[in-house]
Amino acid sequence: MSGKVKVPYLFLIPVLMFGFGYLMVPMYDLICDITGLNGKTGSISTAEASQLTVDADRMVKVEFLGTVNDEAPWDFGPKVTSMMVHPGRQYQTSFVAKNTIDKTIVGQAIPSVAPGKAATYFNKTECFCFNQQTFEPLESREMPLVFVIDPGLPESIDTVSLSYTFFDTGKLTGK
Amino acid sequence: MNAAATEADHHHGPAPGLMRWVTTTNHKDIGTLYLWFSFIMFFIGGLMALIIRSELFQPGLTIVDPHFFNQMTTMHALIMIFGVVMPAFVGLANWMLPIMVGAPDMALPRMNNWSFWILPFGFGIMLSTLFMDGGGPAAGWTLYPPLSLQTGDAFPYLIFSIHMLGVSSIMGAINIVATIMNLRAPGMTFMKMPLFVWTWFITAYLLIAVMPVLAGAVTMLLTDKFFGTSFFNAAGGGDPVMFQHIFWFFGHPEVYILILPSFGLVSEIIPTFSRKRLFGYSSMVYATASIAFLSFIVWAHHMFTVGMPLTGELFFMFTTMLIAVPTGVKVFNWVSTMWRGAMTFETPMLFALGFVVMFTIGGFSGLMLAMTPIDFQYHDTYFVVAHFHYVLVPGAIFGIIAGVYYWLPKWTGNMYNETLGKWHFWTSTVFVNILFFPMHFVGLAGMPRRIPDYAVQFADFNAIATIGAFGFGFSQILLLVLVIKCIRGGDKATDQVWEGAQGLEWTLSSPPPYHSFSVQPVIK
Amino acid sequence: MKNIQRVPGALLGAILLVLSGSALADWQLNLTEGVTEISREVYDMHMMVLWICVVIGVLVFGAMFYSILKHRKSQGAVPATFHESMVAEVGWTVVPFVILIVMALPAAKALIKMEDSSNSDITIKVTGHQWKWEYEYVDSGVHFFSSLDTASREAGVKNSGVDVNSVENYLLDVDNRIIVPVGKKIRFLLTSNDVIHAWWVPAFAIKKDAIPGYINEMWTNIDEEGVYRGQCAELCGKDHGYMPIVVEAVSEERYNEWVGEQIAAAEAEANSADKKWAMDDLMARGESVYATACAACHQANGQGIPGVFPGLVDSPIALGDVKAHIDIVLNGKAGTAMQAFGAQLSDVDAAAIVTYERNAWGNDTGDVVQPSEIKELR
Repeated sequence: MSGKVKVPYLFLIPVLMFGFGYLMVPMYDLICDITGLNGKTGSISTAEASQLTVDADRMVKVEFLGTVNDEAPWDFGPKVTSMMVHPGRQYQTSFVAKNTIDKTIVGQAIPSVAPGKAATYFNKTECFCFNQQTFEPLESREMPLVFVIDPGLPESIDTVSLSYTFFDTGKLTGK
Repeated sequence: MNAAATEADHHHGPAPGLMRWVTTTNHKDIGTLYLWFSFIMFFIGGLMALIIRSELFQPGLTIVDPHFFNQMTTMHALIMIFGVVMPAFVGLANWMLPIMVGAPDMALPRMNNWSFWILPFGFGIMLSTLFMDGGGPAAGWTLYPPLSLQTGDAFPYLIFSIHMLGVSSIMGAINIVATIMNLRAPGMTFMKMPLFVWTWFITAYLLIAVMPVLAGAVTMLLTDKFFGTSFFNAAGGGDPVMFQHIFWFFGHPEVYILILPSFGLVSEIIPTFSRKRLFGYSSMVYATASIAFLSFIVWAHHMFTVGMPLTGELFFMFTTMLIAVPTGVKVFNWVSTMWRGAMTFETPMLFALGFVVMFTIGGFSGLMLAMTPIDFQYHDTYFVVAHFHYVLVPGAIFGIIAGVYYWLPKWTGNMYNETLGKWHFWTSTVFVNILFFPMHFVGLAGMPRRIPDYAVQFADFNAIATIGAFGFGFSQILLLVLVIKCIRGGDKATDQVWEGAQGLEWTLSSPPPYHSFSVQPVIK
Repeated sequence: MKNIQRVPGALLGAILLVLSGSALADWQLNLTEGVTEISREVYDMHMMVLWICVVIGVLVFGAMFYSILKHRKSQGAVPATFHESMVAEVGWTVVPFVILIVMALPAAKALIKMEDSSNSDITIKVTGHQWKWEYEYVDSGVHFFSSLDTASREAGVKNSGVDVNSVENYLLDVDNRIIVPVGKKIRFLLTSNDVIHAWWVPAFAIKKDAIPGYINEMWTNIDEEGVYRGQCAELCGKDHGYMPIVVEAVSEERYNEWVGEQIAAAEAEANSADKKWAMDDLMARGESVYATACAACHQANGQGIPGVFPGLVDSPIALGDVKAHIDIVLNGKAGTAMQAFGAQLSDVDAAAIVTYERNAWGNDTGDVVQPSEIKELR
């Protein structure tokens, strides 16, 4: 009789599918990078940024938002809440964070952009979010951010919101 | 077990005593175990549903506290899905698939024993979490992080029990695929297989494909909580929404795992009692296969509100709406099978007809939910609760009950009490609608799901639903009584049992011998 | 609706009630029509799909019940033998497909409109917390928390002894409503502090998840003034059912007024005595307040004008008992030019001045006077 199956092969399917479950993680990241699905921003070098042509006729409003996750002991927010910018030109602004307790804490800011479609056009040449930040007791710090909006930003987008969420990462590593 | 007993086991009949059930490798015994297990879990999960409905009978917290309420909704879902519907299907498959394809037993009988006996232990662990520090899981059966990571001591036990259920399902499914592929009697070509066999064949592939994905997802949760990984933690570069993608990549095929075998059962029963061949057999098979295929590319319709890009929302809306086409084909085929038949309405037929009508109602609300812009209003309200309960209770479970009534005389050799069966059907049908239909209204009116207390304007329909819940719950005791009575005695069943019944299972005696088809039948 | 309750099982009646459209489509039975262009579009689409389903249902179930009635063995029916029909099978594959396309087109159009958040007038950041909402008006800086009102909270607990039916807007009322203007495009940015929440107001037909670490956006444009209520729609833990949303839509003038009030109130709040102030902050503030309130007499360098206004450097008041110092600032000194500043200085300002005077110009006492201490001595 034809169509017989070797049973051990059947056991390969769940093993492969278990692997596929994990494969979905890099696949998801890849799709996010391409589509800006979860609002993760891009980053480019200063040299690349200076190559972009400035679109002097167009103004885009950039809003800055700060959130502290899980009621962690930080005061955190943007220095200015919004800026009008020309796509293609580099701008600098900063966020201010203050450790409100008498202990050293370690945190990291995670960026997110709304609308998600704008995320891939929002490029940073310098950002505090690239690294973990250590704060001495009661330390207050201004953290600079240099960014450029890609002139390819779709015409339908006139406002881009950049949000940073400050996470207490020291907790994660048990520090 | 001594050598003589082994001898007896292999050649004459079951071993005596309790050990028969522990060590059995006989597909009929294991089928019986699965069915009783799921019946017991049905009452446990039902009890939880009644606790939920009792709390919701009136506005204001009356019986439980909110945390316990969340544990009840979570456990009710996990038990009903993994402990009732899936084991019941596997039980029916164990009993009937070898007989329907003319095989002497399942292809992998020892593994069959294992796949059953993992279940009671898995659910023992899962239920024990209710008594742990911090209570049982309370984040919903979907286990979305970060909320599910707030679970107390129960968390690792919950994950472990889900792994056990997954292993059990995968082994069961592999066994079914192997049986269907390798043990069909001569002449039983694929396109001659009964629809129940076909739907299970496709379901088994779905199970093998997606249960490991669930296992992967919950393992990631486990390592996120205890081993410092950041799959779903934004702080470490992860994304909580990714869990939802992985979960529903499992979850949507799982939804069809819970309904396809019922499609098969109904496709067996309606022709029998219409005394007419199933209309559009091959289109039924193709429709089942297309539903299974589509189930892999629609998952994100469960998460339209997470903020997907427009293209994603459109894609998942279109694919989801497409499912209506093969599902519609099935319903039209069933109605055409009845058309100009010579119908009688024994209990299995009644449940099958109830299935067709009420599953279709669930299908309609599913179509409404598929449309993204309106889904923003329906999402996570009682409208969704009404939708999936219509699909699962008068859908999947009515299908299972229909199958039980259909084959009960075959299994026991005795006819069940038809009057009691009809009572069971009518009380179940009336109460299930009193229970779930008002949920459409409160959902549309704006009542979110998974809340222990609600605004007073939702009170009337919630009270009605609770009455329906108790009515439906107690109606199931009729089934228990009926099954026990039928096992103990009753009018002797003939081999064919039903006048219009076709298929290999009806060529065997009622009850069938402990070892059936030791000599392969030949299908012309 | 009460009738249905009296006739259990009158499901058909209930269905008809839903279907009879706007006349009976009150808040209790059907989807709300809402108060935005989008919500009305969504409502119309909902009714369209509902009707399509009803028509298909009537046809299919009609055929089925006709068959059940006529084609039964007890009626002497003899089974036909047909079991396939190419025409029928192709027909009922293609026709539903066409119907689906008819349904999908307006849905896609509405969706594109819903996703276009450009040209917004106001941005409000919404942060979900276990279990309350935090609102921040990005443009004006108005910022507050909004939690379940006390009446619901007290009535809702087990054995509260309060009939929840007597509580107005039970579980749907909050302490601080969000106020928005009508006729303006309001953009919401959603995020969360802990777990996933979802912000939903049925009257606007918008619902979106608030996800920790990520930001989501949606918008609305309300036509009618009024109070609109919603709830958290994503299971977020124990008190998921207890974090309602109340939006009050008002005229633009009223809105601007409200923003002004909020900014003033926020300032007062910031100045409130409850906050613990750091030395540096008090010193900075003290210097500026000192400049406006005290420097005219005591001079910016604290030396005063000898013989007329006493200097504060090394003065017994500034270096002595803190309470006496505060007392003289608040209450002045009878018979001298030192007036009582209590009425014109806020607690914070007074605390700042006292702290400043005790630590500036070499008066390094190290004393930090908190606003709360001022409050106590008033």
